[in-house]
Amino acid sequence: MREIGAEEVTKTVARLFQEACYSLPDDVLIALKRAREIEESPVGREVLDRILENADMAGRGEVPLCQDTGDAVVFLELGQDVHIVGGDLYSAINEGVRLAYTEAYLRKSMVYQPFSARVNTGDNTPAIIHADIVPGDRLKIFAVPKGGGCENPSLLGMLLPASGRQGVIDFVVDTVDVAGPDSCPPIIIGVGIGGTVEKTMLLAKRSLLRRVGEPNPDSEVAELEREILQRVNNLGIGPMGYGGRATALAVHIEVFPCHIASLPVAVNLQCHSARHKEATL
Amino acid sequence: MPKKVTLPLDDETIRDLRVGDSVLLSGIVYVARDVAHKRMVEAMDSGRDLPFAIRGQTIYFTGPTPARPGRVIGSAGPTTSGRMDAYSPRLIAKGLKGMIGKGARSPVVKDAMKEHKAVYFAAIGGAGALLSRSIKKAKVVAYEDLGAEAIRQLEVEDFPVTVVNDIYGGDLYQEGKAKYRRG
Repeated sequence: MREIGAEEVTKTVARLFQEACYSLPDDVLIALKRAREIEESPVGREVLDRILENADMAGRGEVPLCQDTGDAVVFLELGQDVHIVGGDLYSAINEGVRLAYTEAYLRKSMVYQPFSARVNTGDNTPAIIHADIVPGDRLKIFAVPKGGGCENPSLLGMLLPASGRQGVIDFVVDTVDVAGPDSCPPIIIGVGIGGTVEKTMLLAKRSLLRRVGEPNPDSEVAELEREILQRVNNLGIGPMGYGGRATALAVHIEVFPCHIASLPVAVNLQCHSARHKEATL
Repeated sequence: MPKKVTLPLDDETIRDLRVGDSVLLSGIVYVARDVAHKRMVEAMDSGRDLPFAIRGQTIYFTGPTPARPGRVIGSAGPTTSGRMDAYSPRLIAKGLKGMIGKGARSPVVKDAMKEHKAVYFAAIGGAGALLSRSIKKAKVVAYEDLGAEAIRQLEVEDFPVTVVNDIYGGDLYQEGKAKYRRG
């Protein structure tokens, strides 16, 4: 058993959310620069220039990348030989979120009573926490501030098995098409295929943790990623929807076996402000 | 070259604005998003005054991050405008002339813009740090209890936007997409 202090978890979570909201990861910057090089639309190129300039300015640490500093999504890979001491793990994470959002001048965007009073919780808690138990004695923490604009047009489809590969492609492309400019393109398209209703949505969200544009190791899945990306970038939506080629930077697909009667497909859209940071304790 | 436009908007300026125009706005804009819109429409329903004189004004759909000490405002980019579609036609009928946000508007909003001569601008979503540079003054003027969602009055200088919907029925999102669509 390896002991990790709850206080260390809190400090790490606070640091990760603060860093995520101010500095865009390298993989996203590289993908945006590549999109800028190949964009055909002059207006689209101008938009990408401003997005890169924004990242540069936010990176100085004074003003966050986007005013929507998201809900605080946390993915954990918790080694089964880890023992958290000095407090419980989820409280420690929420305390880290509270610290980041109240001390680093981030917006608090969570409300209680979602279908009625919608009262702000005041500190952006509770975090949305997903934990996997894995072998080993480490704790890996991913901090993902997720904006509302690209979360809203995300969609789950319980397709019929007869829909097959083409059905999956059409569902993903249609979801992006309907979202249009609202999801702040160029986007990253997270896709889950298989599992159950909740499993497939988690696969889609989790795929957004992958480095942008890194293909799925399975060649059949990687081929599907390439085909969907091409279809999406032929839609013409372009940067911020003003028209152009760069509607998406990447398609990330994760696959899981499913029931003989089902073909679940989940699409989780990620805006160009694709903020994610990780640390291993 | 971008067009320089001084706020509040007048009919002559609005007649000159066309889909796709790059515009630099200077003057006063009011910040309001979901709950503030709901409250304004409720105020109108119960015969109360709006918290600011809306005739000729421009509303910016945003909910900024808190300002650091010494700064005017935090990150302040546009939020998705479609969520205000249920309320905007009422405000347009009452004299609202300009809206700044991002994302597509409903046919009902576009019809109201044509009928009452109002325009819809988009700012670049996710560029809230950059856009904050064009905001010179900010103060909360109503609904302070809403925090990030309170109504603020901003003084902006050369605030960069693009005309998405003009008074002639044009729509940049549809036109831009049609131009670059393949297959």
